[in-house]
Amino acid sequence: MARIPSIYPHVWRAPLLIWQGLFFVGPLILMVAMSFWLVRNYRMEPDFVLANWERMLTRDYFWSAYQVTFLRASLAAALASLFAFPASYALAFKVSATARRWAIFFLIVPFFTSYLVRVYAWQVLLAESGPVNAVIGFAGMGPFTMLNSGFGAMVGYLTLVMPLVVILQTFSLAAIDRNLIEAAWNLGASPRRTLVRVIVPAARVGLILGAVFAFILSFGDFVSPFYLGGSKPPTLSILIIDTTKSGQQWPRAAVVAVMMILTLFTVAFAAVGAAYRRKA
Amino acid sequence: MSMSHSQPTRRNLLATAAGAALTVPMINRAWAQEPTDINILAWYGHAEPDIVAEFEAQNNVRFVPKYYAGGDNMLALIAQSPPGTYDIILSDAEFVQQLNAAGYVEELDASLFPFDDFWPEYQNFPGHWTGGRLWSVMVRFGLLGVSYNTDTLSREEASSYNAYWNPKVAGKVGHFDWHLPSLGQISLLNGNRDPSPFDIDENAWKAVQERTLSLKPQVGGYFDYGGTFSSLKNGEMLAMCGIGDWITGVLQKDGAPVASVIPEEGGIQWTESYSIGKGSARQEVANKFIQYMLSPGGQVRSIQMAAYPGPSPTKSGWKAIQDANPAEAERSGLIEGHDQSPRKLLAEKRLFLRDIPRQQTLEDWNDFWSEYKTA
Repeated sequence: MARIPSIYPHVWRAPLLIWQGLFFVGPLILMVAMSFWLVRNYRMEPDFVLANWERMLTRDYFWSAYQVTFLRASLAAALASLFAFPASYALAFKVSATARRWAIFFLIVPFFTSYLVRVYAWQVLLAESGPVNAVIGFAGMGPFTMLNSGFGAMVGYLTLVMPLVVILQTFSLAAIDRNLIEAAWNLGASPRRTLVRVIVPAARVGLILGAVFAFILSFGDFVSPFYLGGSKPPTLSILIIDTTKSGQQWPRAAVVAVMMILTLFTVAFAAVGAAYRRKA
Repeated sequence: MSMSHSQPTRRNLLATAAGAALTVPMINRAWAQEPTDINILAWYGHAEPDIVAEFEAQNNVRFVPKYYAGGDNMLALIAQSPPGTYDIILSDAEFVQQLNAAGYVEELDASLFPFDDFWPEYQNFPGHWTGGRLWSVMVRFGLLGVSYNTDTLSREEASSYNAYWNPKVAGKVGHFDWHLPSLGQISLLNGNRDPSPFDIDENAWKAVQERTLSLKPQVGGYFDYGGTFSSLKNGEMLAMCGIGDWITGVLQKDGAPVASVIPEEGGIQWTESYSIGKGSARQEVANKFIQYMLSPGGQVRSIQMAAYPGPSPTKSGWKAIQDANPAEAERSGLIEGHDQSPRKLLAEKRLFLRDIPRQQTLEDWNDFWSEYKTA
């Protein structure tokens, strides 16, 4: 007798599919469609023209902003991964489980406050007349211009992504089978060799996911490049704002947004592929 | 367990009666008619208590603001809303013609407003009238010039747009992130006065672009309203292009060492005007509010608006601020003969109305602005 397929797996799956359909796929389709619309008298009218794509993709300022955004997001991902690793390593291997739980709790606490508020706090701290320059001044240096610069924007990006990267790295490192590490030691591997040949490959998924999240969040961030970077130079998110402000060109802004999403898809798929790739 | 029952005493009785008497107005208030909502579309600040609280109390209305950031944003909000959504629309004057052309505003009854009280220069404001029909009433204005840190630049040094290229402010020149005022100022620096810095041919437009690009090494950032305030206040920016007293006037009240001056090349005037939204069901009270804002008391409020100050176009407004706050009248030049008096500057042809580009499209200017920012 043929087995009647159970409907339960589909029932359990349905909420996720409905959610993604309503709040991701639907808006995404609308945004792609919108990129072919026209604006007449400050009002969007459904159409199918390539003018918005042609206009945005032939502008030097679009590609300049694209380059800046990609490089900054890559740098933020690299720096966050690098700076987070020692902390994650210590939390995973050097402290007690209780201390690790507390540390994870304190890494989550920053998310209780608005990111915008934290960035405003950085504005005060990094100002030429602010506390950071005051401390540097005691050493007879400065004041340094930190706000309205790439440095300022990077501080903002790291504020946004560092806690998340540390958490992802810590979970990944803590899940490594200790027997592998002990085996490496027993076989005479130096600590450095153990780190490079055993720990990092074993935690590869978490390390790559941490970097990818850092890239994704930084790539789309508006707050840091605007409020700490002084829009100098503008990133793609700032370009979206500029495009909508002038002439209410939402369709052209949609072109920028679609390009951003395509980039993020490409990076995310490539990274996930690398994370779960089997060793040849 | 025994319960004590207090006997009514004269003291208790008086206290109860007093309590009841004090409560009655509250009860009446609760029973009173709910205030009528007035939907206003405006720049931030125009429906805040310092401006509307008295009118609300006097007329049992409640302002429901929708704040916008820029004329384009305003037009889009109206375009996307059904007629009658907004009762009062505060618009930058250069956008009034577009409001009217699109049929977004009601015709106004000129006899309701004190045009005799307006200084002659402001009575027939361009674009507000078409063939004797009135569409919008100017309520305030402001001047855009060189805004600067007074600890870094002297007033003399700031008295030319060349101040932006001064080595003392290298890397510390900010831009208010809107192309019209900044490019208008550079256009003035290039001598484009006749007929206006916004009415320039292609060669002049190219020259404006080149001059603007030469400023890039001096630029420290591009800021929105809040960023402009904070960067000037904390000294991150020492000169700001595209703004004027509407920002520095507020900062001065906080004791920040900043000021604005109309330079020798001339300044740009921004102008704000009230219209009544097409299909508004509350036109009577909207007219009343415009009258209120044009009254001497309303003008004093407007001149000293907490969000950003704006000089008055009326004679009685000038007189009222001179009486109410002589220091503010002096600071904002609302005294006849004052060297920064808007009327004097207009008479000397050192003041030009902010406008949209006349020989290029807004898109051309905006495109260049994006290129400049990424240069």
